[in-house]
Amino acid sequence: MSAYLELSQIGKTFTRGSATTEVLREISLDIAKGEYISIIGHSGCGKSTLLNIVAGLTSVTTGGVILDGKEVNAPGPDRAVVFQNHSLLPWLTVYDNVRLAVDKVFSGTRSRAERDAWTLHNLELVQMGHAKDKRPSEISGGMKQRVGIARALAMEPKVLLLDEPFGALDALTRAHLQDSVMQIHASLGNTILMITHDVDEAVLLSDRIVMMTNGPSARIGEVLDVSLPRPRKRLELVANPTYLKAREAVLKFLHERHRFVEAA
Amino acid sequence: MSVTALKDPPREARRSGSADVVRLKPAAARPSRWPGYAKSVAATVIPPLVVVLLLGLLWEILCSGAGATLPPPSRIWADSKDLILDPFFVAGPQDIGLGLRVLVSLQRVAVGFGLAAVVGVLMGAVIGQSVWAMRGLDPLFQMLRTVPPLAWLPLALAAFRDSNPSAIFVIFITAIWPIIINTAVGIRNIPQDYRNVALVLRLNPIEFFWKIMLPSAAPYIFTGLRIGIGLSWLAIVAAEMLTGGVGIGFFIWDAWNSSRLPDIIVALAYIGVVGFVLDRLVAGVGSIATRGTQAS
Repeated sequence: MSAYLELSQIGKTFTRGSATTEVLREISLDIAKGEYISIIGHSGCGKSTLLNIVAGLTSVTTGGVILDGKEVNAPGPDRAVVFQNHSLLPWLTVYDNVRLAVDKVFSGTRSRAERDAWTLHNLELVQMGHAKDKRPSEISGGMKQRVGIARALAMEPKVLLLDEPFGALDALTRAHLQDSVMQIHASLGNTILMITHDVDEAVLLSDRIVMMTNGPSARIGEVLDVSLPRPRKRLELVANPTYLKAREAVLKFLHERHRFVEAA
Repeated sequence: MSVTALKDPPREARRSGSADVVRLKPAAARPSRWPGYAKSVAATVIPPLVVVLLLGLLWEILCSGAGATLPPPSRIWADSKDLILDPFFVAGPQDIGLGLRVLVSLQRVAVGFGLAAVVGVLMGAVIGQSVWAMRGLDPLFQMLRTVPPLAWLPLALAAFRDSNPSAIFVIFITAIWPIIINTAVGIRNIPQDYRNVALVLRLNPIEFFWKIMLPSAAPYIFTGLRIGIGLSWLAIVAAEMLTGGVGIGFFIWDAWNSSRLPDIIVALAYIGVVGFVLDRLVAGVGSIATRGTQAS
């Protein structure tokens, strides 16, 4: 397996005054092109920190991130992030939020008309073309997250980073969005790294699930291959033995061996 | 420094008197002689009118006695009718209507406040972005902003050797502090999410300023501008009293020197109305410009 995105011996220590906290220790992970990876762990285990490191928003203490043969240590549109709380700019319309990203990434390579078409295309991809002139405050939480995904996709990133993208949504909306993401992954073949704390979501969407031990000094505890064929159908999987086994493995890891210990 | 309390007077006050409890039928069933908006206009206009009339009456009674030091409304009307009725007369280079005088003062305010707005927002942006600039400059600003506007005037006169630029400088230095401080606070309060978006998109500093900073900090900036315009108007009247010229401030001083008390009272009314209009103007521009900037 050739690594497209390589996390190499990543360690992260936060220093506050004289106190230092080691959050991540020796995280190494190779991700192939087109792979869908989920990172799951209890809250506070540093999984968001790990995603921010890959995004370049947080710097590493040791180790590094190599994407497509080059080390990355600053944020950039080749690693588009879908933030947990959508992070749309409220003073721009849905269209303008996506267009801002499109203009920034493709200003030198595509004409104005092409960028307009590309913006609309990506909004259609997440079924948000109908709301292009609305402001974020006028659409629902699920719709905002769709626009956030469209904005990320529109950058044509090498890796799509999803930071608990469905965490703030209700169960039904979440299921719809998961289906949308699966469709997009199937048709575009993106490389996706997703943070989640939802076991079903991880098993349904991922090719591999990376399970993290509890912090401080969190490590990769186990990596589980989910060898379910794609396209996956939510309903058909309910009684699928492979699905259930994978689900059980993750649950056991999270609740038996690395039970969440309340820190405070 | 919140100004929200100044907004909209309680428009619902009129409801308290009506007998809502017994009226079960919807009000629409009754043919209404008044269109809805006329009613609401009347509801906002009539209470202040009544108050003004009552106060005027009280004033008339208090100042009509033999030993009264201040003129009653009736004498103001008799003595200064020309100032009230024709704000734009020109009877000579120093004898012009109050409306024209206000315009002269407003011109100074426009220049001074305009400069303060541009410089204040830019400085506020720099200070808000840099923790060290904030730490270094904030105590200085907090100290300087408490200096009364007129205390700057002698220095300004010494530096510019002319009254008009000095008056403009006083406006500038009065209005700039709340603009700087509010802008800096607004910039510091830009959510990390928006900064992350800018980082991922690799916006350059100029794009960041226009696309993220200004819209995100706009509510704070307009709070600063609104405080600033109020202070400017306070300062210009005081500054003109000392520097002379044809502004509304000097008019008051001149009227005092020639014992024309009714004229002073008319001028005060002008100043009050113009100050109110200025505040509403900035607030109005602000509410248009900041539409949709609040995250949901």
